[in-house]
Amino acid sequence: MSDTHTPSSCSLACTVNGRAVALEVPAHALLIDVLRERLDLKGAKRSCDMQVCGACTVLVDGAPVSSCTYLAVEAEGAEILTVEGLSHGDTLDPLQEAFIEHGAVQCGFCTSGMLMSARALLAEDPVPTRERVAHHLRGNLCRCTGYSKVIDAIVACGRRPEARA
Amino acid sequence: MTFRVVGRSVRRLDVVEKVTGRARYVTDMELPGMLHAKLLRSPHAHARIRRMSVEAARGYPGVHAVVTSGDLAWCDPYFGPALRDRPILAIDVARYEGEPVAAVVADTEEAAAEALTLIEVDYEELPAVTTLAEALAPDAPLVHTAPPLAGHFADLSTLKSRPGTNVCHQFHFERGRGTAALAEADLVLDETYTFPRVQHYSIEPHAAVAAWDEHGGLTVWASTQNPYSVRAELAKMFRAPLAAIRIVVPYLGGGFGGKTYAKLEPIVGALARIVGRPVRLALTAEEAFRTVRRCDARVRVRLGLRRDGLLLAAACEGDFDVGAYADIGPRIIQKGTYTATGPYRVPHVVLHSQAVYTNTTPGGAFRGFGVPQLAWAFESLLDEAATRLDLDPVDLRRQNLLAHGEEYAPGDTPIDGKFEESLNRAAEAIRWTQVAAAGRGRGVAMMMKASIGPTVSEAVVRLHADASVTVLSSTVEMGQGAHTVMAQIAAEVLAVSIDRVRVAAPDTAVTPYDQTTSSSRSTTMMGRAVQDAAEDVRAQLLRVAEAALHVPVRQLGLDDGAVVAEDGRRLSYEDVLKERFGMGGGELIGRGIVAPGRSAAPLGGSTPFWEMAAGAAEISLDEETGAITVEDYVSVADVGRRINPQQCEGQDEGAVLQGLGHTLFEEMLYDGGQLLNANLVDYRVPRAADVPAALQCHFIENGDGAGPFGAKGMGEGSLIPVSPAVGNALRRLAGVRLRELPLTPERVWRALRARDQKESTPP
Repeated sequence: MSDTHTPSSCSLACTVNGRAVALEVPAHALLIDVLRERLDLKGAKRSCDMQVCGACTVLVDGAPVSSCTYLAVEAEGAEILTVEGLSHGDTLDPLQEAFIEHGAVQCGFCTSGMLMSARALLAEDPVPTRERVAHHLRGNLCRCTGYSKVIDAIVACGRRPEARA
Repeated sequence: MTFRVVGRSVRRLDVVEKVTGRARYVTDMELPGMLHAKLLRSPHAHARIRRMSVEAARGYPGVHAVVTSGDLAWCDPYFGPALRDRPILAIDVARYEGEPVAAVVADTEEAAAEALTLIEVDYEELPAVTTLAEALAPDAPLVHTAPPLAGHFADLSTLKSRPGTNVCHQFHFERGRGTAALAEADLVLDETYTFPRVQHYSIEPHAAVAAWDEHGGLTVWASTQNPYSVRAELAKMFRAPLAAIRIVVPYLGGGFGGKTYAKLEPIVGALARIVGRPVRLALTAEEAFRTVRRCDARVRVRLGLRRDGLLLAAACEGDFDVGAYADIGPRIIQKGTYTATGPYRVPHVVLHSQAVYTNTTPGGAFRGFGVPQLAWAFESLLDEAATRLDLDPVDLRRQNLLAHGEEYAPGDTPIDGKFEESLNRAAEAIRWTQVAAAGRGRGVAMMMKASIGPTVSEAVVRLHADASVTVLSSTVEMGQGAHTVMAQIAAEVLAVSIDRVRVAAPDTAVTPYDQTTSSSRSTTMMGRAVQDAAEDVRAQLLRVAEAALHVPVRQLGLDDGAVVAEDGRRLSYEDVLKERFGMGGGELIGRGIVAPGRSAAPLGGSTPFWEMAAGAAEISLDEETGAITVEDYVSVADVGRRINPQQCEGQDEGAVLQGLGHTLFEEMLYDGGQLLNANLVDYRVPRAADVPAALQCHFIENGDGAGPFGAKGMGEGSLIPVSPAVGNALRRLAGVRLRELPLTPERVWRALRARDQKESTPP
């Protein structure tokens, strides 16, 4: 491979799911590719590639971002949370439990992003209304469930005291 | 009859994997030495490929191969389930914008994408047809000029193309005296409705990984709904025995019909052979728009009724646009048209449809399989007839419904559910007999759909030495929850708890034959195969126990992992197996085959069951903008019995939202031959905020289905009444009848304006 084709690389130091990570990444590398290819965190999914579907949603310092259009180097020094970091060992997060209980999962391809978006909402508004949840999920598409059970799960989770941050 | 596992909303087998991000899809796969492919696509709707220059791309760092159709002479490059009309890569002519014309295989997706830009193609543009009207015009340019090669479906062995035109198949069905009977009607309506091109948008775009072994065997990990059809196609193309082709299917990130039949598997198989290493191809969402879509259609219905609302005669003519390659289009036009008159008794009918090629993305299977296009037309027109006769639309439907046990067509399965119960439930839940609030309008619609016949599903159930169970089935888990349902069925028959049951992923080297995961057939057909296989194991358990306990089989039963005798003695399955094998190993293997063959029914085989549903909508309307809001929606599905109630709700909630998509927003737009909105910004699918404020899914459960424990298929049906129910509600609320989907604000607004101008014009 000739040097002219080697993209410039940058160092990236951040925390992913509570673990310190230091990597050399191409300057143009997208966060989704670093997570999936370099860190083997394949929960974030690629679908629309344009910040519409939300399947690639992860939290950067608590804020939901579309990792498919987010430069990895922008996460320098940040705390990144992916779906793999939601549960603690075999203990699922109450949000994950709520998704299971309410049947909010079908094909599962949108589920990681839905969970991360919902997690961000519950941090901001621990007891959201259905309308608030529906509005918040405007950046998360699901083609299977018709959303009702996803909304049910998030609303119910908000009402569980142990789920509140 | 009481059940332990069936009828309960047990948690999905795959749900923990899916909420923790551990579930693996094809796109997540990595194999040692795996390379990545990208496709170069035609920018023209119709063009001759004069010359391709690939040297620069071949020299790009990291590139292993640049492949065009000229590099595929070693295989049979054509595929397609009905007609083998689709080349792996365009041969001489590209027939739609987005058709693959070349492929690059490289170390990374990025290098492959870069190298694509270095390929130069010299095109000679040809006249294109991109609408039904253009394609059916006299002297229209032809999308295909060579006679098509037949695919592998027996019922399509007599494909009726019209040589010299763009029509690749026609379907005709007649009953009674046909159109002559229209003359005897008090009211005859004659209207034409259109249905748009719609994109499946499975959140997971198509993906496949292929690898050849040293014995000439090919394995493809594919996001497909029917591994066995794909295997058959690849065996033919690569001239290999069926046994040498292995298709493995992990979880699918949605399917909805868009992942039926071969899509990417031929190209990855060919590329992996050429480079001698595993090759992965994962499409972008934009490429999925250029891979498959729902067939748009134009449907003319003539309907004759007696003054009292009794249906006398119907004539339906459907033109379906199958795009540049037929895919399964010929079957779609047959299936959709066959039940064009819905769940009603119509003595005299003439149904005719044709599949028409255009220079657009190939049309294929999509939830409903041709029925939504016809139901949109027929159910709208039926409501129009009620208005004209001053009859209540629910009453008019009720008086014409087919009854339980009634014949729909000679030789086909009699009606196996109660339409009237569905209609009554929908009317009741939407408060039909009460006056709607100001600004609200209500509409109803129904549907009936045949599943596939002849058809085959085979299953194997293995009872292990520790009383755990493996189900081998090739039913694909694409989100619908089929694996959980199969586990419930096996657990019920074998009297074990569901956490003792595992369901293997489809793998044609391991899991037995299944025709397809589509047509709402899995619970009924594979469900029965699994039930039979489990019954086979049960019979073996009882035979061993009979000898061990010296008790006749008829005095034995199964309970909680043990054979129990009437006298109370128990023999655990572990002990039965020890008894059988004389050691702590071995397993009991049960086999189930469900294969209703050909019949005299019009489609070549009797439907295993009728899928039936009703829908009712209450809408509001912003008269200033034309925007419709669906406030309240009731869906009713007659499912025989729910194996897993929560999953049934999930299916129908999803079906209603998907139906709202093509009712209100969704349409792939072309300008000339250029697809304008192949992305999720410009192509609007339903979002969470589009869920009706009140969405109810009801189920009719009379235990009268042909599937296990009286269940039958569902999941497609509830999508189908959505469009006509909303259109009918709009007619009742605002006095305008729209005949084109989607019901965009602009279309509604124009119709409202036309109404107002008409009203203000003095006669």
